[in-house]
Amino acid sequence: MGQYIARRALVSIPVLLIASISVFAIVKATASPVAAIRSNPRVSQAAIEKYTHDLGLDKPPPEQYLTWLGNFIRGKWGTSIVTGRPVGPDIRDGLFNTMILGITSFLVSIVLGVGVGIFSAVRQYSFFDYLSTGSAFLGLSIPVFWFALILQIVFGLYLTNWFHLATPVLPTAGMFSPGATGIDLIDRIRHLILPVTVLSVQIVALYSRYTRAGMLDVLHSDYLRTARAKGLNERTVMMRHAMRNALTPLVSVAAIDVGALAGGLIVTETIFSWPGMGVLFISAMENGDYSVVLTWMMIVVAFVIVFNLIADILYAVLDPRIRYD
Amino acid sequence: MTDVTYFDPERDSARPVIAVEDLVAEFRTEAGIVRAVDGVSFDIAQKEVFAVVGESGCGKSTVALSVLGLLPQPAGRIAGGKVLFRGEDLVSASPARLRQVRGDRIAMIFQDPLSALNPTIRVGEQIAEVFRAHREIEPKVAWEQAVELLSIVGIPRALARAKDYPHQFSGGMRQRVMIAMAIALRPALLIADEPTTALDVTIQAQILEVLLDVRERFDMAILLITHDLGVVAGTADRVMVMYAGKKVEEAPALDLYRTPKHPYTWGLLGSTTRVDRPRTGSLPQIPGSPPSLLVPPPACRFAPRCPRVQPICRTDYPELRKVDVGQVAACHFAQDPGWGPAPEEVPA
Repeated sequence: MGQYIARRALVSIPVLLIASISVFAIVKATASPVAAIRSNPRVSQAAIEKYTHDLGLDKPPPEQYLTWLGNFIRGKWGTSIVTGRPVGPDIRDGLFNTMILGITSFLVSIVLGVGVGIFSAVRQYSFFDYLSTGSAFLGLSIPVFWFALILQIVFGLYLTNWFHLATPVLPTAGMFSPGATGIDLIDRIRHLILPVTVLSVQIVALYSRYTRAGMLDVLHSDYLRTARAKGLNERTVMMRHAMRNALTPLVSVAAIDVGALAGGLIVTETIFSWPGMGVLFISAMENGDYSVVLTWMMIVVAFVIVFNLIADILYAVLDPRIRYD
Repeated sequence: MTDVTYFDPERDSARPVIAVEDLVAEFRTEAGIVRAVDGVSFDIAQKEVFAVVGESGCGKSTVALSVLGLLPQPAGRIAGGKVLFRGEDLVSASPARLRQVRGDRIAMIFQDPLSALNPTIRVGEQIAEVFRAHREIEPKVAWEQAVELLSIVGIPRALARAKDYPHQFSGGMRQRVMIAMAIALRPALLIADEPTTALDVTIQAQILEVLLDVRERFDMAILLITHDLGVVAGTADRVMVMYAGKKVEEAPALDLYRTPKHPYTWGLLGSTTRVDRPRTGSLPQIPGSPPSLLVPPPACRFAPRCPRVQPICRTDYPELRKVDVGQVAACHFAQDPGWGPAPEEVPA
């Protein structure tokens, strides 16, 4: 087991390096750090050259890459050319905010998705099964942006007008009410409800399908019949023999999804003005904010790779057949 | 210890361990209701090895699963008949009572031991689980018992191997694990559903050896389901032949080979491979294929494939008739003198 983890972790290092080269090359090919100031007529040619030299852009690309990588590893992520502030705190805040939204959605979705999936599988072809299957396809088919806007209109406008309220039934933007001081938990939760609903509809739809399929596989398996033939009670059969094996695939899918979460939930965050990684990325792209884009991509790549590693390890923990290649 | 009783020779040897009476089992399919087992009766005595043979789809596995109420849900159900275990009907028993019997008084092993074992639980634990399900027992004691069972069924280094997972065992060793699990509580009846089908021929013999050995050791009766008459020959005391959901013949094993009375039986015997005879061309086979159980033939179900078919076979259903001591056959002509396969039909 230890050997397996060590081997998987070691394989991740070259993957990370290759990814960093790609990220560097792609960002360099598409966004020039001096493009923004070069188009500004009030900046002198000398200033541009000095800036180019300071950034090391007059050196050959491999050297630039190594310099950047060294800086990146030591946590020197540069400064934003738009705000002039260091990149680190912005990324950290964005990541933190995205994780609040993402993890909450994940927890809600896993509980609901697994519950619905198991119940559908156990009561296959029942009314509930058809209902959940239909809802899952609906949930997966609804475009995120459309659903988000509809929720904003309904909860921000229609219901508010209906009840003649002064403020919206549920907040439709931001992480907390303007002017709020300290951390008001209720206020925070109220702000989470709409974006979490939008995200959860999608994830619940997906995970309930995974769970249902995994559970059906196991329910029809020979070893479940063996478990019953041994005279185990139905609770033990389900919890010990069915659930664990049925959920193993979902665990690794979920781990990979949590990693991908670092990239932000661009549409949802934008519509609900949620200051996360998605919003950060969009504004950095629009402004050609070179160091933000580069750091952002590297951090996201690192998250994806690390969570893929975690998924592999979890899979091996849950399924002994994986451990011995 | 709970109120479970072990075998008492004085009380139990006289009556059968299990008596199946007029069992009917059905499956609901998209095409309609399939009656996989149609009015089958048999009983098994203490320590007896009773084999059920027939080709795929004849209902033999359904018989095995019906005994323990393990038909696949929700498609399958027992539509009639009784399964009397020491006089107690298991078909009408409560789920709780059925659970008590399963794995304790009647245990079962299956065809493919790899898929029948849980891939993510250590084999020792899967055996120990049987003790914990039926007895008040310390987990440590249950584990020790599991290790002992593994060595009883011939698994070397049982202490270490108990900690392994099913995929780390070979096919034969996995079936031994299944047997260890099944005999844990010394059941009165062991149901073995095609226990050797997924195994190499050399391993098959070893597994049958283990089964006969534990039968001796624990005074168990065995219900052996198989399609392999070679397996039956050296193992079974009595044999029941099934065709298309019906019992077509039952006889002591030797009689079945010597004087098969149902044309289907002799067709089966004729199509077995014999290593002790010179090879003569291709292996004989029964022409045609088994009938659909959705619309079975109206009278004798074997009539469409039977080499000796007569008009009556297509109009009247042949009841089982007694042809000898302990031998019955469901053929109109079974009692005719000299009725039996022609020499070319069975390589005698």
